Amino acid sequence: MYTSWFDRNLKWIYVLPAVIFVLVMMLFPILYTVRISFFEWSMSAITPPKWVGFDNYKTLLTQERFWKATGHTISFTLVAMVLEVILGVAIAMLLSRQFRGKNFVKTVFLLPMVATPVAMGLVWLLIYEPTIGAANMLLKSMGLKPLLWLASPNQALSSLIIVDVWQWTPMIALIVMAGLATIPSEPYEAADVDGAGRWRKFVSITLPLLKPTILVAAMLRLIDVLKTFDIIYATTQGGPNLSTETLNIYGYVLGFQYFKLGTASSLLVLFFGLVMGLTLFMIWMRKRMEGQYD
Amino acid sequence: MTKRKRTAALIFGLLTALVLLAFAFPFIWMLLASFKTQSQIMSEGQLLFFKPTTHNYTSVFKEYDFLKYIVNSLIIGLGSTLLALLLGLPAAYAIARHHMHKLSLVILVARIIPGITFLIPWFILFSKIHLVDTYTALILSHMLVGLPFIIWIMISFFEALPKEIEEAGLIDGCNHHQVFLRVIMPISGPGVITASLLSFIFSWNNFMFSIILAGDKTKPLPVAVFNFMSYSEINWGALMAAACIITLPVLIIALLAQRYVVSGLAAGAVKG
Repeated sequence: MYTSWFDRNLKWIYVLPAVIFVLVMMLFPILYTVRISFFEWSMSAITPPKWVGFDNYKTLLTQERFWKATGHTISFTLVAMVLEVILGVAIAMLLSRQFRGKNFVKTVFLLPMVATPVAMGLVWLLIYEPTIGAANMLLKSMGLKPLLWLASPNQALSSLIIVDVWQWTPMIALIVMAGLATIPSEPYEAADVDGAGRWRKFVSITLPLLKPTILVAAMLRLIDVLKTFDIIYATTQGGPNLSTETLNIYGYVLGFQYFKLGTASSLLVLFFGLVMGLTLFMIWMRKRMEGQYD
Repeated sequence: MTKRKRTAALIFGLLTALVLLAFAFPFIWMLLASFKTQSQIMSEGQLLFFKPTTHNYTSVFKEYDFLKYIVNSLIIGLGSTLLALLLGLPAAYAIARHHMHKLSLVILVARIIPGITFLIPWFILFSKIHLVDTYTALILSHMLVGLPFIIWIMISFFEALPKEIEEAGLIDGCNHHQVFLRVIMPISGPGVITASLLSFIFSWNNFMFSIILAGDKTKPLPVAVFNFMSYSEINWGALMAAACIITLPVLIIALLAQRYVVSGLAAGAVKG
């Protein structure tokens, strides 16, 4: 009797622990963050949280620093994502033919993605170091003027984009390479008969067939680039002059350096909305673009 | 014609080498600098050829007590991966077999939400029950990264298993629970390896959760190496040695288990 009850409800028993974990560790924190975003509190045991309504949101939305951080987040994300997709597709095309050592190349590609981001951030800090770094040595050897890289408010965000591109272009390349392997050879044979050139074949056959793969890869990057934290915090912590402060970093600073938990929470709610909104937009775009071929 | 072909091959070779060098360069630079003294790092004349020193590595272990941080990282990484497997495998199996797609959607949401959203409530909660700077807090928080990934990968793995295997088990007199334990689990090695490796790597690399929830006792490697920088003058050689020590285990895992890591990342990708 007992065993049959157990067997009949097995699927619920199997998912229950994971569901409870998710509820306690995810759903509760989200609700708590939303709640605390309407309060003013600095984690003090003496002064309890004070209800302030939408004041935290008003403070943020009328604040230059918040809008700058939003701008940094969006430009960092879009530029990095577009560069990674273009370079990733180009590299995948370059490596699409068979050659000796192809597996070795693929192995090297794996390294930037799995290596500890904080450690890599520190390595790039040395590379970008204006006086002893490799980046300026390279520029000088080509007869160019050295740059300040992470030390300059104008160049820091671009320098960090380069790091993200270095880290994640290989992922796009590997995904696209896997996608290339599934394209049938017939369209190319037909194109050969019609006398199409290499570029023509790429634009008219490869790209359309790869489109779903590329869109999925781009969406994955979008979600993750928006949330970039490690390499920024390990190198510039949002500086110099707040020039690399993204929403993620600003939220962290508000919460754990200024201990303005209410304002930080309202920022996180807005940030969460931005991530969800952009993700849904990408899903919608993907559906629409795929629809064209149905 | 042959001449043209040869030039094409040459250009292709050069481009490939260039791409390879660009992606490998930071690793080469890190490795070289980790064997240099501070003055060698400062001098442009000793880029590739210099008298190597192992002083950086010994100082990382002797002066900064890196062994402790390695042990911390191992405890947190293994603990969170094992617990996530324990919760994740049965859940993934039930979701795959009974098509509980709404639940898998929840898992997807966990992948999209910025991790920092959880940090403030966790920090408040863990402070209240005195769990900050304990392995429990770190393992629980790291599980939130590992568990969705494990469930995600294992759903597609279990869905790909033929149903006949389970039916055969049921005919032999097993109940569903026994089928899962004695029939399904023993043949799920490749899936479990893929999922565990990635979950471990994510935990090993995690910085954001650890920097808030860890303290002196439980500090894992990424936080330890980051704290290195707060010294007034950056000791580049030691910093690079520390970076090498952190990255080496993940790189070894990636090299040895390349097949698993790629398929794991791709599973996250294709379904994402």
